[in-house]
Amino acid sequence: MVAEENVMKRTMILMLVMTTAFGVLAYTTYSRPPADDVKVIKITAKKFDFTPSELTVKKGVPVVLELTSTDRVHGFSLPDFKLTARIEPGKVTRVTFTPDRTGEFTFSCNIFCGSGHEDMAGRLIVTD
Amino acid sequence: MEIDRRDFMKLAGLGGIVFASGLAGRIAGATRPKQEEFYFVQLSDTHIGFDGPKVNPDARGTLKKAVAAVNSLDQKPDFIVFTGDLTHTTDDVKERRGRMAQFQDIAGQLNVTTVHYMAGEHDAALDRGDAYQEFFGKLNYTFDHKGVHFIVLDNVSDPGAIVGEAQLKWLQSDLKRLKRDAPIVVLTHRPLFDLYPQWDWATADARSVIDSLMPYRNVTVFYGHIHQEHHYMTGHIAHHAAKSLMFPLPAPGSVPKRAPIPWDAASPYKGLGYREIGAEVKNARYEISELAIQGA
Repeated sequence: MVAEENVMKRTMILMLVMTTAFGVLAYTTYSRPPADDVKVIKITAKKFDFTPSELTVKKGVPVVLELTSTDRVHGFSLPDFKLTARIEPGKVTRVTFTPDRTGEFTFSCNIFCGSGHEDMAGRLIVTD
Repeated sequence: MEIDRRDFMKLAGLGGIVFASGLAGRIAGATRPKQEEFYFVQLSDTHIGFDGPKVNPDARGTLKKAVAAVNSLDQKPDFIVFTGDLTHTTDDVKERRGRMAQFQDIAGQLNVTTVHYMAGEHDAALDRGDAYQEFFGKLNYTFDHKGVHFIVLDNVSDPGAIVGEAQLKWLQSDLKRLKRDAPIVVLTHRPLFDLYPQWDWATADARSVIDSLMPYRNVTVFYGHIHQEHHYMTGHIAHHAAKSLMFPLPAPGSVPKRAPIPWDAASPYKGLGYREIGAEVKNARYEISELAIQGA
């Protein structure tokens, strides 16, 4: 009888542990956005433009900008979200942010790069 | 039509400044205000080497006209300041020096004893000011004139538009020896505040500069870069942007793209000009007169 009770106890404890583990796993999976929900955008900078120059993202969805340069040092400045970055040739510079409001915002090169520097800009569109 | 400066409309008062605007400068017979102790002329953003007939078909002649106008002033200014972008940028280092030589030839025609130069990013950002310094000397310096302390700040030779730690220390060291009520004028190229960073109209570490200047009660900043008249206060510090002598730019954020305003054949040289600044030292008061370029 005692042996049977012990087996039952162990079984119940095991079930409890498994249920808890499953619950934790399910919760974790639910609360963390899957990698697919992080929007990754690759941007190439060169004298005197960004490609692409128009980015569309969703409010509340994290964004990773992967910035590279094909010629010289450029800058990336998105003042409305207080973001700046230095883009060096041969390196990937990552900028992560989560847009917290909708609208259209200008980003530009903020490291003087030559006669077309003033034209080196793009547009970020944040939608609901 | 010539307008006596006494008849200029007084537009507004801001930070000890009186504004005026008109077509002619200190013409014969005009009387300087009794309190005014000296005056100087600010010329800015001459962009020698710029080529864009739709924006300025007289790109080679506009600065010459301004020089002739200044030379014809009945009362000579005590000195002249050029607040940067003397030349339009080029990747070609030989051409860069060629443009600086062209500028120097024209500015050399000014019939005044003293001219103070400063760099803009078009002059200095691609080579950290090497060519500029060969032609015009130091990028940052001070001078004193009749009781006013002038500080020339370089916020352009670093392509990231910063004043930088070393120059900041230099500034703080210079300020330390001044009384808190000393009349101080800062001359620089970019705005020392976030005017419109989306168009690169800012200095990245301007806050540190302003924090250093803030304890001094009589500070006024004259700058260029934005190719239009603009007035702004950071606390008690007044900032006054000057017009260009090559092409005007739109008001900050007023259009999607920062692009030169096209030439208006019906109103040549519209938006271009220079200014006289009268200094009343005792009260750290300045009178700005905006002057237009006259057609041929």
